[in-house]
Amino acid sequence: MENGAALISRLRAICGAEHVLTHPDALAPYRSDGLAHYRQTPLAAVLPATGEQVREVVRACFMAGVPWVARGSGTGLSGGALPIAEGVLIVLARLRRILAVRLDDARVVVEPGVTNLAISRAVAPTHFYPPDPSSQVVCSIGGNIAENSGGAHCFKYGFTTNYVAGLEVVLSDGTVVELHRDAPGYDLLGTFVGSEGTLGVATKIELRVVPVPETVRTALAFFEDTGAAGEAVTAIVSAGIVPAAIEMMDRLSIRATEQATGAGYRLDAGAALIVELDGPEEECAARFEHVRALCRDAGGRDIRVASSESERALIWKARKAAFAAMGRVAPAYFVQDGVIPRTRLPEVLRRIDELAAEHGLQVANVFHAGDGNLHPLICYDAANPGEPERAEELANLILRACLDQGGSITGEHGVGVDKKSQMPAMFSEQDLDGFHRLRCAFDPHGLANPGKVMPTPRLCGEVPGPYREHPLERAGVAARL
Amino acid sequence: MTEVARPQTAQATAAVLAQAAAGGRSVRIVGGGTKQAWGAAASEPAVTLETGRLDRILEHNAGDLTAVLEAGVPLARAQAAFASTGQMLALDPPLGDDQAATIGGVIATADSGPLRHRYGGPRDLVIGITVALSDGTVARAGGKVIKNVAGYDLAKLFTGSFGTLGAIVSVNVRLHPRPHASATASGASADPALLATAARALAAAPLELEALDVAWRDGWGALLARAGGARPEHQARRAAALLREEGLERVDVTSEDAPLWERQRAGQRSPGRALVRVATTPSALAEVLRAAGDCGAAVVGRAALGTSYVELDPDAVAALRERLPNVRAAVLLDGPVALRRAQDPWEAPEGPALELMRRVKRSFDPAGTCNPGSFVGGI
Ligand SMILES: Cc1cc2nc3c(=O)[nH]c(=O)nc-3n(C[C@H](O)[C@H](O)[C@H](O)COP(=O)(O)OP(=O)(O)OC[C@H]3O[C@@H](n4cnc5c(N)ncnc54)[C@H](O)[C@@H]3O)c2cc1C
Repeated sequence: MENGAALISRLRAICGAEHVLTHPDALAPYRSDGLAHYRQTPLAAVLPATGEQVREVVRACFMAGVPWVARGSGTGLSGGALPIAEGVLIVLARLRRILAVRLDDARVVVEPGVTNLAISRAVAPTHFYPPDPSSQVVCSIGGNIAENSGGAHCFKYGFTTNYVAGLEVVLSDGTVVELHRDAPGYDLLGTFVGSEGTLGVATKIELRVVPVPETVRTALAFFEDTGAAGEAVTAIVSAGIVPAAIEMMDRLSIRATEQATGAGYRLDAGAALIVELDGPEEECAARFEHVRALCRDAGGRDIRVASSESERALIWKARKAAFAAMGRVAPAYFVQDGVIPRTRLPEVLRRIDELAAEHGLQVANVFHAGDGNLHPLICYDAANPGEPERAEELANLILRACLDQGGSITGEHGVGVDKKSQMPAMFSEQDLDGFHRLRCAFDPHGLANPGKVMPTPRLCGEVPGPYREHPLERAGVAARL
Repeated sequence: MTEVARPQTAQATAAVLAQAAAGGRSVRIVGGGTKQAWGAAASEPAVTLETGRLDRILEHNAGDLTAVLEAGVPLARAQAAFASTGQMLALDPPLGDDQAATIGGVIATADSGPLRHRYGGPRDLVIGITVALSDGTVARAGGKVIKNVAGYDLAKLFTGSFGTLGAIVSVNVRLHPRPHASATASGASADPALLATAARALAAAPLELEALDVAWRDGWGALLARAGGARPEHQARRAAALLREEGLERVDVTSEDAPLWERQRAGQRSPGRALVRVATTPSALAEVLRAAGDCGAAVVGRAALGTSYVELDPDAVAALRERLPNVRAAVLLDGPVALRRAQDPWEAPEGPALELMRRVKRSFDPAGTCNPGSFVGGI
């Protein structure tokens, strides 16, 4: 591709030849994100070192009419950072500087490649950054912004979007826009968060951080079944208590994690509930007694309270290992990410059980119980013919069960490529049209992560600037209307 | 003559907009009518679209702490319904004469009150939205669950859009438990710097305050820290101790605190004068208080968020803005029409961000039908 060769030499001039990868071996690690079954080798991967280089790379792609995909740490679980064969992958891992720490204003300013955990480290010991995905050791803050990532502590503290105070964004024509939470005009900042890399690349990020709570108290309670544990959750929330975290695991996930971690979870229990409270000492103490009483009333037995940081860490170790531990009870599994109104938990779990039985497969469940975010782990064995397909079908039907109860097809992993075909089950044609209007305002040429989020490729009507044939047009996949 | 439309459904609302767009007529969207003087003074619209008949509380899912409200529901009525189950929508702006402010109007103007300290603004509480667009379509975004990342967050785009992209027909909101009791610590000083350092100390303390406000008038200011939760008096006493340590005077704790906060909310309006909402970094609080003092203005604000409402003589607005050159925003919310004609209420600088906003406007409302001329950059 002639055009491609010219673009690659331009990219080399911008970033230095060693930071532009084109050899298939060098590109191999970049072919997929955390969802390894989607794979694609891009034309090139570039690793710019500064926001200015990102801008120049995006501009060069625009001039060449070549689409691109931004990539942070590649831990995404919806194929959001899946490369495009004829496109450029912009890897942000070298933009790792913490630019400013201003604790007087409870703010930090960072580059997009900084890891989630590094942000909390930068503001410790007085402050921390609350949205804490389990992948926080490696995932990038740019990826968190793109996915509006959540974590165990989001029921009380909120999601990524609640903490982003400002962004510098490179639009797909190379223009740089500064978006700020308090600036007059449309909340383009809030609109950008969660846009999965389809509206531009975030090159500088200002975040709000919060003071570290005075105390943290963690309890682990075991129940006969998930129904009883669910009642405890409802009782706690109805009492006006907002736990910092409230996480549930079912029998199968307890078994798997106990084998993997030996954290001392009860193997005879049908459900385990982790409840963590944090805040001012007095407040926490009063609430914590109440929580224990409510767990007892709901049939909780063996309610353990962490009496030291190491006991607390042990309780969490099992929960955080839940995905990885499934490898011990099943050769392979899909991680689903669905959301339901919390009170529908019993109905949805019953439905999942039925569906699992119909498909002859096992499903383990871990939930962010406070906000109704389910992570069913659908176990299968690829050695058995037809099983992967059945597992995939089961995973999709579980999402339908969530939608039937007024839920969502994704709570934190995003749509990416993996769930774009599910979008019409949740949104009407007119709703999708609304999304498309937004995308066209930001990226009229369709160069920013095309083929993600929206179920069918569409082009924008009004296109300012130099007209170029879109790669989708060239491939005959879509026409401009 | 302005034609008045009072649709009762989302489809009918979209039809009103589409008809106007087809005829090249402009539409002004009106909820409770309490903030019609906000924003740039636009010319008389051809059509007034009133949301008063979109007045149903469609859902209140107490167990899930969510609700679905049509745009024309008065916020006060919704709050009364939520209070009956010990819940609230954590959004407490002043509601205007007869408490007429509707949820749609509050969301469209992104108005908020002291609770923003703890719970965030409207954009943090709206989890889904249904809008009517000027091409006659009805589009939804978000959902009814508090955690959801499917699709673009158009709820945030429409929050604070002043009706310039389309009409909000209904909103899905996240609710919170209503604290059983509250207590407020307060302290006073004539020194803006002391107030600012005390505010910083309170914001950095490991207290979980519901609200942290500042007030300033006639050379004298106060900080107010409100605690809720299981042990409000205990937290308020800790806040009071901090205020004393920071050198504030007349430090006091009261659990009869409703009038204090009513006064703070009232300070966010200006009957007959002018109101400027200033956004700064939190640490610039002293500077804002001094500038306001020099202009003979009164201030109430969110001390830890850097949002201040400055109430002053219309003639002093230009001077105030000049005294605060480096702020994020100094929006003239309310004031006489002549003033809003003479000065751009928004002061949004020309540049790529404003250009992008114009593209967004064109994308959603290509004919410029909805509330034309009232928003930033003439949008
Ligand atoms: C073991 C494991 C546990 C996980 N746990 C959680 C969890 O608890 N909660 C949760 O929410 N997620 C979780 N995830 C998913 C994933 O970690 C998050 O989605 C994370 O935010 C992705 O960050 P990343 O840097 O890896 O992004 P990538 O995977 O590199 O990219 C994700 C998306 O962001 C876009 N993007 C990346 N950087 C930018 C930028 N600077 N500007 C614009 N767009 C950009 C990409 O184009 C892509 O669409 C988990 C993943 C794994 C593997």
